[in-house]
Amino acid sequence: MPKTMLEKIWDAHVVRSEPGRPDLLYIDLHLIHEVTSPQAFDGLRLSGRRVRRPDLTVATMDHNVPTTDRSLPVADPISKRQMEALERNCAEFGITLFHLRDPRQGIVHVIGPELGLTQPGMTIVCGDSHTSTHGAFGALAFGIGTSEVEHVLATQCLWQSRPKTMEIRVDGTLGYGVTAKDVILAIIGRIGTDGATGYVIEYTGEVIRALSMEGRMTVCNMSIEAGARAGLIAPDEKTFAYVKGRPYAPQGADWEAALAEWRTLSTDPGARFDAQVTLDGSEIAPHVTWGTSPGMVVPITGCVPSPEEFTSEADRRAAERALEYMGLMPHTPMQSIKLDRVFIGSCTNGRIEDLRAAAEVARGRKVHPDVHAIVVPGSTQVRRQAEQEGLDRIFKEAGFEWREAGCSMCLGMNPDILRPGERCASTSNRNFEGRQGRGGRTHLVSPPMAAAAAIAGHLVDVRDWK
Amino acid sequence: MQPFVRETGVVAPLDRVNVDTDQIIPKQFLKRIERTGFGPFLFFDWRYLSDGQTPDPNFELNAPEYRGATILVTGRNFGCGSSREHAPWALMDYGFRVIIAPSFADIFYNNCFKNGLLPVVLPEDTVRALIEKARAQPGYRLTVDLEAQTVCDGEAVQISFEIDPFRKHCLLHGLDDIGLTLQQEADIAAYEARRPPWKRGVMQNVP
Ligand code: SF4
Repeated sequence: MPKTMLEKIWDAHVVRSEPGRPDLLYIDLHLIHEVTSPQAFDGLRLSGRRVRRPDLTVATMDHNVPTTDRSLPVADPISKRQMEALERNCAEFGITLFHLRDPRQGIVHVIGPELGLTQPGMTIVCGDSHTSTHGAFGALAFGIGTSEVEHVLATQCLWQSRPKTMEIRVDGTLGYGVTAKDVILAIIGRIGTDGATGYVIEYTGEVIRALSMEGRMTVCNMSIEAGARAGLIAPDEKTFAYVKGRPYAPQGADWEAALAEWRTLSTDPGARFDAQVTLDGSEIAPHVTWGTSPGMVVPITGCVPSPEEFTSEADRRAAERALEYMGLMPHTPMQSIKLDRVFIGSCTNGRIEDLRAAAEVARGRKVHPDVHAIVVPGSTQVRRQAEQEGLDRIFKEAGFEWREAGCSMCLGMNPDILRPGERCASTSNRNFEGRQGRGGRTHLVSPPMAAAAAIAGHLVDVRDWK
Repeated sequence: MQPFVRETGVVAPLDRVNVDTDQIIPKQFLKRIERTGFGPFLFFDWRYLSDGQTPDPNFELNAPEYRGATILVTGRNFGCGSSREHAPWALMDYGFRVIIAPSFADIFYNNCFKNGLLPVVLPEDTVRALIEKARAQPGYRLTVDLEAQTVCDGEAVQISFEIDPFRKHCLLHGLDDIGLTLQQEADIAAYEARRPPWKRGVMQNVP
């Protein structure tokens, strides 16, 4: 029987299977961070349990770390308490931690791949919904809650029911100025924020094959915004080249053995998916969200929709609410929307290639005087590399603030937040009400679109700047 | 974990779709390192005016008739977004024991079961009818019976719902699934022995 990649990875990780029950799956890599783990460690202590495989567990601090001067103490006492709790827990249970001042620190979904921890064919979990990012390597990676974090810490396993499979094929080639971010926003716009609930998505097609690893990570990252717990992309030579030589990647004979196995992971010809969706990549324009859910998205050439355009009563009402929250009128051309803030960063678009693309647009230009723009690299290593390439200078000369690595304004748990009513073009993944600060208004865009918007002072079609 | 068998209580309507976990419990409250005490912050940005103290009279759940509600009826894709388990913790801490919606986001759905909170999936029209009832008759009560898999109001309404038998079993008995998994030690150890040697952990291979 031909198998999909999901089925292959799944079958290779079943510890125990019984009819009428979920399967018990083995977890190859468990990533943890400061926000969703403290209660899990408390649970372990309360029941006198240990961490079964500290060697398969890696921790970092990212969600509420400050992105300003790291030589200063953390100003927010509650954030500090959470970071200290992680430190204590890692020390007590023998877990490797990439601390705030470690050169390997960064957003958990950026450092996993960067350090070679993320490898094809693995099962990877983390108490964070954007764990789907790691699927770009052909790993089954998904977010879990804190109870499951505790479960994995104690047992290195999880009970899981086999999800359905959905193939999303993106054919053709992307036009100038169109990025992986636009591809995934277009997909979410098409299938909706619950379009893939209950499924694992496998992304296929020419456009996906042509994407860099960074681009593939951007696509898989936002699978959760389409409702899918995980997204997968078949590993290929690009994947192997990316992993090879990274600190935690297999080496020597191990590398050869791993590679032989990774080459067998792709979906077999003739394997069946439970659902299929096809998009033409050459028709995708740069996308931008207008509302308070990632599915409320239009091409940059479009206008803010009117609630009447929606067929269901619930969607009409949601659109009305969103317009009110966003302070927008129906039929407003997207490109006329003025901005106060721009945020370039996050686990979606905080990698080196994202910064390069944004810097390319910013080079020799100036941020609009009404806009406050910040660039927050996804990891300390990305920051360092960008500095080696001189990207920091380009940004700074253009008037962007250049920050330390972390989640920052993606969720505003640290001091980087929007004030009520402020409007922001953001390369992050969620435009929910209040996500970037209470009353803050978020428009999701790609890194070049964000950089162009910072300079223009309003949303703009970066293709016009060719 | 707290078992769930049956719940009878007042129904509160929250007539919105795609309610995300950022709304259920905004991030500024995720810094607590305990599992309890999140109730006062449930739906914080909707519940309070911008001073963060005055209840917003326009927010559904602030109406006196829904005080003490234990059953929330709401729109599709409830709990989308972040994986934060603080969302079910906050809902439970506020007093909810059951959430009824046409659909739930996967991670949230899963998290509910780990905490004795019962998510019930019912067809869109049925949910709509319940929302209307809860609005028209303040104090409207339902009984949700997990054993029988039914939602009833003692009068006209008598609805069955589907649920995975294993999840049902665990919830009815409040089973600690870590305990359950640890009983599979032999299988886990056998699996570990079969893992390829190149799948080393971080410690054996520190750069
Ligand atoms: S960057 Fe944003 S979405 Fe990504 S892990 Fe951090 S908070 Fe979550």
